[in-house]
Amino acid sequence: MPDISLSQILIVSFGLFFIGVYGFLTRRNMITMLMAVELMLNAVNINFVAFNKYLFPHKGDGLFFTIFIIVIAAAEAAVAISIIINLYRKFKSIDSDVADTLRG
Amino acid sequence: MQIAEFIFYLIATMILVFSMLAVTTKNIFHAAIYLLFSLINVAALYFYLNFEFIAAVQIVVYVGGIVVLILFSLFLTHKVDLDLPAMSWHRTLLTFLLCLMGFAFTFSLVIMNQFESTDHLPVDLSVAYIGRQMLNYGDGGFVLPFEVVSVLLLAALIGSIAVALKTKKNA
Repeated sequence: MPDISLSQILIVSFGLFFIGVYGFLTRRNMITMLMAVELMLNAVNINFVAFNKYLFPHKGDGLFFTIFIIVIAAAEAAVAISIIINLYRKFKSIDSDVADTLRG
Repeated sequence: MQIAEFIFYLIATMILVFSMLAVTTKNIFHAAIYLLFSLINVAALYFYLNFEFIAAVQIVVYVGGIVVLILFSLFLTHKVDLDLPAMSWHRTLLTFLLCLMGFAFTFSLVIMNQFESTDHLPVDLSVAYIGRQMLNYGDGGFVLPFEVVSVLLLAALIGSIAVALKTKKNA
């Protein structure tokens, strides 16, 4: 991969990360917030893989951490969706503004 | 322009455009489909970087698992053609400027930093190597995080079933 430098891949992953941040802060629907979190986790994975490829090609650490992050993202999505479905039963809505029973 | 370079720019553009559509589109089902395309393009980027195993895991877990899970929960909790309510414009603008500033900051850091190139010989990241390292308890092995993550996954699956279970009270 001599044509593409590490910086170019990092810029793509930072762009993806901040798109995820934007989505997380502007959406109120919980499922779309979850999608934004997935985008951010993907940006982190691209970072790990790119650093492994360009700076530490003699080790596989970035690859293993990417695998662990994917596993944790799957667990997180399962728990988040079960919480969202439970919340929907209680409030008949999945807006994050509706779930305000803790407000004093 | 070289063909490899062109393919990288194509993949990068598709990732950014589809993820931007996924976080800005009004229709929530369209958002899920755009997320699907964005994740597939991330897998394409892994293929481009010669990380075939990660690309396969990305397609199986994200595209085949998480996006399908999100679509199912959308069908459970939404009426089909329901548009998302828009946020107030000043909050959207504030968030946009905040994200732009963060991106500009990291962009300047990446541009100014000189990454040292290595002269190490690349290790062969085959599936056999990954499996051996995953269960290796010696130097550079990953057996402890592997076991921890497997227990975490089991706990998360059982916990999500317990949370989503219908109780008598709110059934």
